[in-house]
Amino acid sequence: MADEVILLDFWPSMFGMRTRIALEEKNIKFDYREQDLFNKSSILLEMNPVHKKIPVLIHNGKPVCESLIQIEYIDETWPTKNPLLPSDPYQRAQARFWGDFIDKKVYSATRLIWGAKGEEQEEGKKEFIELLKTLESELGDKIYFGGETFGYVDIALIGFYSWFEAYEKLGNFSIEPECPKLSAWAKRCAQRESVAKFLPASDKVTKFVPELRKKIGLE
Amino acid sequence: MAERSDEVKLLGMWASPFSRRIEIALTLKGVPYDFSEQDITNKSPLLLQLNPVHKMIPVLVHNGKPISESLVILEYIDDTWQNNPILPQDPYERAMARFWAKFVDEQICVTAMKVVGKIGEEREAVVEATRDLLMFLEKELVQKDFLGGESFGFVDIVATLVAFWLMRTEEIVGVKVVPVEKFPKIHRWVKNLMEINVIKKCIPPEDEHLSYIRARMEKLKFKAP
Repeated sequence: MADEVILLDFWPSMFGMRTRIALEEKNIKFDYREQDLFNKSSILLEMNPVHKKIPVLIHNGKPVCESLIQIEYIDETWPTKNPLLPSDPYQRAQARFWGDFIDKKVYSATRLIWGAKGEEQEEGKKEFIELLKTLESELGDKIYFGGETFGYVDIALIGFYSWFEAYEKLGNFSIEPECPKLSAWAKRCAQRESVAKFLPASDKVTKFVPELRKKIGLE
Repeated sequence: MAERSDEVKLLGMWASPFSRRIEIALTLKGVPYDFSEQDITNKSPLLLQLNPVHKMIPVLVHNGKPISESLVILEYIDDTWQNNPILPQDPYERAMARFWAKFVDEQICVTAMKVVGKIGEEREAVVEATRDLLMFLEKELVQKDFLGGESFGFVDIVATLVAFWLMRTEEIVGVKVVPVEKFPKIHRWVKNLMEINVIKKCIPPEDEHLSYIRARMEKLKFKAP
């Protein structure tokens, strides 16, 4: 029986981008269904009744929620092509640690850059740069976070790259001079087929952010 | 089973649910370990060195290599010592276990913690929000002895936070957050947990734990405006 894979997603979501990229890495075809987050569909509410959030991966009718969990699920379900998590338990733990760090720390800082004003926004920007520097020191001189091969942590972080221009514009700062190695890493990842295919263009995100701010009552 | 040469050390704190879950997993796997009690109000140079990013317990040090964040540590333990598996084998079941574990930490724990700092209507609202979240666990326990299904596993270990911290605290705080009439299945599950030797051995002794929580509450009240 052929696998039926559906992804409930929203194009500017860095979380959704993770799942799109992970599926592409495994060469899995999927039915992409764009969601309106301001008017949630009955399928989204039915498939993710706990959080009511995208992305939701539906594999042969069964939903998996939360993007990092989806990456692990994809890796475990289709293990042969392009393994995403390292096989060594300690390296796996490190990858999970940084994935969790990105979700807990990086996202909330960026949320302040696009979703706040004044002092709060300034705080978010400072925090964001500090966090990127922490990630840059973890990356060091490696090609990817996991070493030689593109994997879990790269996928967890790369979606934010499509928002860099929007953050820079909103916060009036520049990421590249602060984090040259991380910037080089992002450009390297962007060359990769799976990333190039599913990361939206920066200017498209930059145009979308003012709309988003209007919707949440900031502009 | 652990190799003879394995050196396993846990930097933890006796009353922390996050630290206790690591003890449960190590005990379940039969891995001997050294426990290093940490003063969380005055962090040791060792803790800062081993977990420079979050500076928090628990930290597991295996043959000199540190791992932090309790859910990450639990997965590491399960990947490293494969006897008595904690996570299910099936990828979909594994994803579900990870989902509920995250739900306990990021939703239930975060919301329930707010009960202590609130009074009056605000407290009522937080209690209701916590109950709404717990109702998802109640539903998960329909026709199941454990959150992991037939047997005790990953989500049960993580949710000991509900069974032995949240439900012990409610007496002291003076609000019954998890009343038995509303949550009969959660109460039955707590009883099932109490039948398990590893749990009996690894949860904080009730009297000491309650006095510790009481003292913490007093401190919090004292600080409140």
